[in-house]
Order: sequence, then structure tokens, then C-alpha cells
Amino acid sequence: MINRRKLLKSTASISAVAASTVSFPAILRAQAAPIKIGLMAPLTGVLAAGGKELVEGFELWWERNGREIAGRKIEITVEDDASNPDTALQKARRLVEQTNVHFLVGNIVANTGLAVANYVKGNGVPYFIPVIAADDLTQRNRIPNVLRIAGYTGSQMTRPLADWSLKNGYKKVATVSQDYAYGHEMCGGFAQTFTEGGGQIVQQFWHPLNTADFSPYLGQLQGLGVDAIFGMETGADASRFLQQYANFGLKGKIPLISAMNVADQSVIRTLGDEPMDVVSCAMFCEGAQDEATKTFVGEYEKRYQKLPSVFGTTHFSGAMWLTQAITKIGGKVEDREALLKAVREVELKGSPLGPIVKLDPYGHPVYNVFIRKVAKREDGKKWNVPIATYPDVGQFWKYDPETYMKQPSYSRTFQGIKS
Amino acid sequence: MTSLAPTVVTTNKSGLRSALAWVGSAAILFVLIALPFVLKSYHLGIATQILIFAILAMSVDVLAGFAGRTPLCHGAIFGTATYFVIYGVNTWGLPLPVAMMIGVAAATAVAAVFALLAVRVSGVYFLLLTLALGLVIWGICLRWSQVTGGENGLRGDLRTGALADPATFYALVLVISLCAFFAMRRFVNSPFGLTLRGIRDSESRMASMGYNVTLHVFLAFTISGFFAGVAGAIYAVFNNFVSPSAVALAQSVQGLLMAIVGGIGTLVGSFVGAAVIIILEQFVSAYTERWQMVLGIVFILIMLFAPEGIVGKSRTLWHRRK
Repeated sequence: MINRRKLLKSTASISAVAASTVSFPAILRAQAAPIKIGLMAPLTGVLAAGGKELVEGFELWWERNGREIAGRKIEITVEDDASNPDTALQKARRLVEQTNVHFLVGNIVANTGLAVANYVKGNGVPYFIPVIAADDLTQRNRIPNVLRIAGYTGSQMTRPLADWSLKNGYKKVATVSQDYAYGHEMCGGFAQTFTEGGGQIVQQFWHPLNTADFSPYLGQLQGLGVDAIFGMETGADASRFLQQYANFGLKGKIPLISAMNVADQSVIRTLGDEPMDVVSCAMFCEGAQDEATKTFVGEYEKRYQKLPSVFGTTHFSGAMWLTQAITKIGGKVEDREALLKAVREVELKGSPLGPIVKLDPYGHPVYNVFIRKVAKREDGKKWNVPIATYPDVGQFWKYDPETYMKQPSYSRTFQGIKS
Repeated sequence: MTSLAPTVVTTNKSGLRSALAWVGSAAILFVLIALPFVLKSYHLGIATQILIFAILAMSVDVLAGFAGRTPLCHGAIFGTATYFVIYGVNTWGLPLPVAMMIGVAAATAVAAVFALLAVRVSGVYFLLLTLALGLVIWGICLRWSQVTGGENGLRGDLRTGALADPATFYALVLVISLCAFFAMRRFVNSPFGLTLRGIRDSESRMASMGYNVTLHVFLAFTISGFFAGVAGAIYAVFNNFVSPSAVALAQSVQGLLMAIVGGIGTLVGSFVGAAVIIILEQFVSAYTERWQMVLGIVFILIMLFAPEGIVGKSRTLWHRRK
């Protein structure tokens, strides 16, 4: 992880280089000016741990591949968005208007990303969001200069899981989810695909963020006679949910299928055996045996002594994506149109996100998606291993994009359930 | 309270002092007007934000410093206006000025309702009751997601045309904040304002003198809510975005802290407090991730060595140097 001192040092060396090139013609010196990247992450607040992993993943790529593209140094300024949209907005302004970054990357919490997206909508600064999953940013309210490189949307991820559940013989499922937009979208994708395929959503439970006690929900879930339970929790809620699911005796009785966050490394590495056998769906699977994933996981583990989570992985892949695009345009990041075009045209190969990843016309990636299961590695560490693969999954699943976007956004009241 | 005493004494020295004060005020005003010609857009944005929060802090000061009732709900009143402005423009298609007026009206109405409930109590009970009322607004904004966008909030497209230019917007906010300052100063120095100070110092005495204490506090609360609404309506245009963090407890605490750091009961201290807190936040967070800790230490130091706030302390020092 870069700290500020290192950053200052590298800036100092850059200015030294700049000073030594004074004799060159002005145009050459302009070319050698650094490419400035503004990286925003929650380094304080509820998602500080995830924010740290985000920066680590992004940083690992540059450590591995050098901080220079087309003769220009890469200069990364990290800002803390404090998991708060007002702070995020403030920091985005500082990065763009004072640090003069060429583009922005990052953020985790949807509302911070939405706030920054609304800001760059006005000034055209390119903004890349490997974690911000709010559906409408690449659907109904898309912004041309906001691209979801190496990212995902909530509803995208749970549709293959619904399909897999049907094929696995689950007919009746109940959902239990955090009551906010990301949860509504994750559940909505599942509920719509599952019911359209003939499944039945018996009941949906919505609990507030930071729920300490899940027993009221678990008690009701127990008596519903469902084939499986779909859980959608993030961070500490996910840890508590998994623990209480096991303590309540539901583990091993009713299979638990979940959003990717429940089985994410950031959650399961902190727990005992509670998350074992949880089935989830993601575009990344740290236990996959392809070369790219094995190399990335190995290097990440060596560097940071832990297995990578979704935050680190997506930002590692995001940095890789940006490198390809910037190389293609010869480092001329000042030309925003050209940069955005190059980013749109990238076909990412050899990343931990699978053999090939590219953007759809709406700025959202299409890639293979894994159905994965929590298992134990030889050394006893828990990780997700693939049990099925769905090729080329995009944000619209099998729907026609224009027709799909005519249906309302997922919310507590609209879950796309077909009765 | 001592704040009335210096105006009574009219020696030559105090004449000199008031002349100096005038020169000082003129200099500050000159600096405020000159800022757009010196600062870049980002710093001008910070200056604009300081002015907006100064209005919020002053509205808190009217209640806390003059009526002796410390509120913890002004962030919620502020944010109510912000929500209404963005919702009004987005969903009702209102022109921005109309939406802003509706926003301020809504904030004033909320303040009036809060006032009705809170005027009965004082002291720590007032603090707790207003805190709870503020949380109600926060809860509504968080849970009523069909209207408020829930956790994700609402995005607007308000800063178009001339408002998009940071200098123009700053100038506009400067004019509004000065108007708000002079209006509130006039208000607290009016005979009505003096009754508020009387209530602050001895509620029972004011009541026995025949003043309707409840009504006076109610009016002060509502008027202070009006100004918090003005700040919130401008904030909607400034940020172009609103989420529950705009109505959260942290926002109310922020407003109160600014008033306290600057100097409770000084009004002008709110500008100083807002400037100190926002600049510190900006400056410190550029150097360390633990900026909130640094801010906390600064607050503790201020409370230990200048509990009357920066402006309050300077005034005391100024008058001691006779």
C-alpha cells in the first residue's frame, strides 16, 4: 500500500526528472508529465477494512508492473471517502480541481459512488467504478464518462444463482436481506429469475443495516418449509448472520445460498466453520484453478498474508484494464474522449476475472460467472471453489436491454416476482 | 451577561476600539469579496461551503447562545430543505427558486412542529428531545426510499447556467449569508431578542414579569429553523445531491460544534467556527487518515483553553487589554 510519504517521495523524484529535462523541447517535457490517478476508498468508517483491501489490490498491480506507461510516470493519490457521500464528493472535488487528476477510480458504498458520479456528470471527468454496484449507473441513469470496468451489478450476480438453484431442484426459497438499495437489487435479480423459471419465493425478510440479532428472522425461516434460504448481507452483518445461522441449528438442515458478499474472503476469513458449504455467485473465485487466478491469489497472499477479497480483486483487474487502455492511446490521458473509447474497447485477458472480459454498450462488463462453494484448502484456510460456470453473463441476463430497462428499478416493493 | 456591558461604557478608548472594529470588519469583508479573484475553483468551493455552514451554525447560535436552548436537530431541519429542493426540481419539475422557497418553507414548518414539542423542556431534556426529533427525520429519509431514495439519496441537476461557475455561485452565497447574518443580528438585538436573553438568564423571572416564555421560545425556534432551512436549500444547489447523511445526527453536531468553536452567543463566531472546522478537516485529511482524531484533539483543546469559543476568547482578551 502506498503511504503519503512514499507518494511525496515519488513526486519529488518526478520533479527531479522534470528538472533534468529542462533542456528538452517543451512538447517532450509535457509528454513526460505524470499520469495522475485519483483513487478513493473508505479508509475510515464502517467499510474501512474493505477500503484498505481496495487500495492493496490496486497497488499490487502497479507494484508488479511498474509505475510507468508510455514514458509517463503513474502518480496515485489516495483519498479517504469515510464511507460518507458528502465526504466523497468533497474529496472528488479536491482530486479533480486541486490535484488535477486525469481520472477517478474507486469507492465502495453505493451512495458515495452515486454522489461522485453525479459530480463527474457535470464536468466530464472519467470515473471508473470496480465496486460500485448500483444497477442504474449503467442502466437507466447511465453517464457516458462513468464506466464499470471490472465491476458488477447486484442483480446481475444473483440471476445465474437462481438458474442454478432451479436446476439443483430448489422450488421454494425465502430471502433474508439488508433493507437498502444494494440488497433490493441483489434479491430482485434472484427473485425475478427464480420465479420466472417456475420457482416460488415464499417470503422476503428485510432487516436494517447493522442488525445485531437475527433470531426473529431465523425463527420464522425455520418454519417455512423452504428448500433453501437466500441471504444477502455485507460486512459485519454477514459475519453475524452466518454465525447465528449455524448457532440456530439451521446449518446443515436448510441449504444457504447467498449474495457474493456473504461468502467473500473479507467475511469468511474471520470466521470458523460457519460459512462452510455456502453457495454464492461471483465473477471471481479465489479457489479457481486457472493460471491467472492462481498467480494473482499467490502474489496477493505473499504480499498481504491473506486471500484476496472482491475489493482487492476488482481493483487489481481495474488497474490492469486501465493500463491496457492507456498504453493503447500512448499515454495521452488528457484526451478524455480517446481514453474513454480505449477503455470501452479493452478486451481484458489473463485477469483473475476469467479468460475474457469486455464492456457492453452500456459500460458494464460481460464475463464468465462462477457458482462457488465455500471449502477448505489443504492448509485449512477457507476459500470459494467453483462448482459451475455460466459463460458471458452481462447485466441484462437473457433479457432485451431496452425492454428490461422499462421495468422499474428493484426496490423493496418491486422485486420482479412473477406469480 | 457581560456582552451588554461594553456598549454602555463610552470612553475615548472604547471609541477607538469600535473604530478599529469597524476597520477590521471592512477588511474582512474586502477579503471575502476578493476571494473569487484569488482562489482556484476547488478552494472557492471550500469557501462557499464555509459560508453555507456558517448560516447553519448561526441558526444554532440563535437558540443556543441567545435563548439558552441547545438544539441537536438543526442538521435535520437543514437537510429537510435540501431534500425538498432536489425533490421539487426532479419530481415536481419546479423552477429552482420556487423549489428553494418550498424547501425553506418545509424546513420552517418542521422547525415549528419540533418547537411545539420541545418548548416545554429546557436543559439536557431539550437536548435529548431535539436529538430524538432529528433522528425521526433521519429515519424517514432512510426508510421512505420510494421518495427519498433511501440510503442512496437523490441526485439533482441544479447547478446549471450561471450557477455552475464557482465565482458566481460564491458571490451569491456570500450575499445570502451576509443578509442572513445581518437579519439574525438584528433579530437577537431587537427587543424580542432581548427577551430571549432574559429567558436564557432566568426563565422564571421573565415569566413572573409577564412574558409568555413558551411563545417566545417557540418563535425563536421557528425563526432559527427558517435560517437552517436557508442554509439547507443552498446546500442542495452546492452539492447537487442529498442522502441521509445530510440529515444525520453528525450534521446537527457539526452545526453546534461550529457555533461552539467560534463562540456561542456571538453570531459572527459561526463564520470563524465553520471556517476553522472545514479548513482543518481539509488540511489535516490531506496528511493523515486519522484526521478525525486530530479534529477531536483540537476540540478538546479549545474547550479546555477557550470554552467561550475563538471569537468569545478574543473578545475577552481584547477587553482585558485596557
